[in-house]
Amino acid sequence: MPVMSYIDAVTQALREEMQRDEKVFVLGEDVGVRGGVFRATNGLIEEFGEQRVLDTPLTESAIAGVAVGASCYGMRPVAEIQFADFIMPAVNQIVSEAAKMRYRSNNAWHCPMVVRAPYGGGVHGALYHSQSVEAMFTCVPGLKVVTPSTPYDVKGLLKSAIRDEDPVLFFEHKRCYRLIKGEVPNEDYTVPIGKAEVKREGTDVTVISYGLTLHFALKAAEQLEKEGISVHVLDLRTLLPLDKEAILEAASKTGKVLIVHEDNLTGGVGGEVSAIIAQEAFFELDAPIRRLAGPDVPAMPYSPPLEKEFMLNPEKVANAIRELAEF
Amino acid sequence: MATDVTMPQLGESVTEGTITKWLKKPGDSVSKYEPLCEVATDKVNAEVPATVSGTVTELIAEEGATIEVGQLICRIEEEGGAAQDNGETKKEEAPAAQADTEPSETPKKADQPAEQGDTSMKRRYSPAVLRLAQENNIDLEQVQGTGKGGRITRKDILRIIEEGPLPAPVEKAQPAKEEKPAAAAPAQEKAAQPAAQKPAAPGVSVEPGDEEVPVSTVRRTIAQRMVTSKHEAPHAWTMVQADVTGLVQLRKKIKDDFKQREGISLTYLPFFIKAVVDSLKEFPYLNSVWGGDKIILKKRINISIAVATEDALYVPVIHDADEKSILGLAKAIHNLAEKTRAGKLTMEDLQGGTFTVNNTGSFGSIASQPIINYPQAAIISMESIVKQPVIHQDMIAVRDLVNLCLSLDHRILDGLMAGRFLQRVKERLEAYGPDTQI
Repeated sequence: MPVMSYIDAVTQALREEMQRDEKVFVLGEDVGVRGGVFRATNGLIEEFGEQRVLDTPLTESAIAGVAVGASCYGMRPVAEIQFADFIMPAVNQIVSEAAKMRYRSNNAWHCPMVVRAPYGGGVHGALYHSQSVEAMFTCVPGLKVVTPSTPYDVKGLLKSAIRDEDPVLFFEHKRCYRLIKGEVPNEDYTVPIGKAEVKREGTDVTVISYGLTLHFALKAAEQLEKEGISVHVLDLRTLLPLDKEAILEAASKTGKVLIVHEDNLTGGVGGEVSAIIAQEAFFELDAPIRRLAGPDVPAMPYSPPLEKEFMLNPEKVANAIRELAEF
Repeated sequence: MATDVTMPQLGESVTEGTITKWLKKPGDSVSKYEPLCEVATDKVNAEVPATVSGTVTELIAEEGATIEVGQLICRIEEEGGAAQDNGETKKEEAPAAQADTEPSETPKKADQPAEQGDTSMKRRYSPAVLRLAQENNIDLEQVQGTGKGGRITRKDILRIIEEGPLPAPVEKAQPAKEEKPAAAAPAQEKAAQPAAQKPAAPGVSVEPGDEEVPVSTVRRTIAQRMVTSKHEAPHAWTMVQADVTGLVQLRKKIKDDFKQREGISLTYLPFFIKAVVDSLKEFPYLNSVWGGDKIILKKRINISIAVATEDALYVPVIHDADEKSILGLAKAIHNLAEKTRAGKLTMEDLQGGTFTVNNTGSFGSIASQPIINYPQAAIISMESIVKQPVIHQDMIAVRDLVNLCLSLDHRILDGLMAGRFLQRVKERLEAYGPDTQI
């Protein structure tokens, strides 16, 4: 099985889906001739032409709006928002139009569209190129929010997202793009949306995470194994809808839960996960549910030491796990 | 709002109490100060009053369980709800908030290896632990926690479930009770636990034919107190002899009248106590307590008197003995002795002693070396009054003599002051004559 990077898995999924279904097309800023600022759409314009690989104006509201309209008419648009930070002008289209289309038209219309957006920090992107925006959308029924952490999941989930009949926000952690490599089958496969996955089995502490911090958790778990602490790691993969069953099972596995995400603590997905566990797995709990998340500050600092402080890392995660293990 | 009721501090040196009987059960309503349960502490039986009015929701401590002071024993759902309590609730929150502002202290503690003995979390059960314990009939009191602060973790319970039930030594020791329903088992186990925690003294072997007498709570308390006193307070001992011929004559003359008038016998003890009390006023250091970096001179003079029963020794207190006449003292002694023998001493009766008078003469002793009633400064024992030939006014005479023995805490007192004190007691006792008015 070939080993490829996270971003190459994005490209492969896009290419395969465009080959499979000619209704699939990509649009966004610099996705065509440039092949995307992160090279996610590299080579697509050459293969599929400018009719299916659209360079758009710097107008996120239009990118999303075009996708809404096209999808309503049966196309399968995959819109790229260059940085998740820039999604704000498109929020009205995504939240008020795409998310509600099926509901308000009484099933007459729906939006089978995907909005891809690189999110997250750790790349010296500072304020406008580092934000985690996923939690802003996980409170919107009608949307699906997907945040893969491995190349395998990227390919499988992106395919599922493109084939989904309703709008899917597909958030790719940009630090993972070239940092995370993994085996990806060449053949066609999908990973179901709404299914979390146990990435590591353990018995002392359960860590629930997604995206880049999932890798921090795995690293911490590896390190802690040497100290005799066995860590169970669940990758949420999809934030909306949450895989309740998997969350409850993972929480019950150890009774000690740590939820880790880079998105800031307040209002983050961790709060929702924690509430599910508290309500439905209360008698499995052996310790207060803990959350480890980005600080509640307005933005990622540009200063490298401050960025480092803002970002989580395997050590911070390991410390939190250790505390729970000792409890 | 549920209010936690904890084992109260039933006396200054009391550290734990055994719930002998619950007077309320869950669902019962109680009014403030109404007794919730009976508790046997070191030396006294007491009732724990409700701290609030409301409904008993949960009995945490089982009958027969020995609970440390401050530990939760039951919960009362307060009546009237939040509106009434707001004031109190807020007050309680304040210290909690303060604690929050110093979070650095707690993690630091966690790193210290000294924390080994910390069991502050021993009875903080997580939902998982409670559920598993209940489902598998595990008595959490028997489980050794491996978590922070001795907390019993879910893993601890899972390990027990996997490794099979806890050993139950009690059942083997008391096969007769095996027939009893399961509910009785926890209580038995608990009763056995403290004993098990105290290992047998080293070098003590039990040979065939020897009888093993289990140590009662009172006996254990006495043992512990005596050890504490001997361990903490460096004892010094001194003795004087007093000629109480006059006192003997006085008592002989008035005792029948006294008995008829007051209904109680007139003994020598009130005279001794009076002499001691009056002398204590002259030597306040004898009526003091060692406070580590200070000596606390007690204002009140409360005399502890040793009262023996067949199996134990109690030390009830005559409060404000300096305000009492011989008659008052005689009555107080009589009452306390009666109450002791009837097992009706209250907490109040046992608290606050500042000096102890020990009447060893009552069983014929002529000299004794009493152990100080810790943390008091000294203890005096009155020995038997014995007729002896002595030189009296340059002649051989038969006189009634008594030895007064004093043990003193040498940290507080030196021999000089103790000697002077004893001299004053002696003088006072010798001043009695057949015609003294009491």
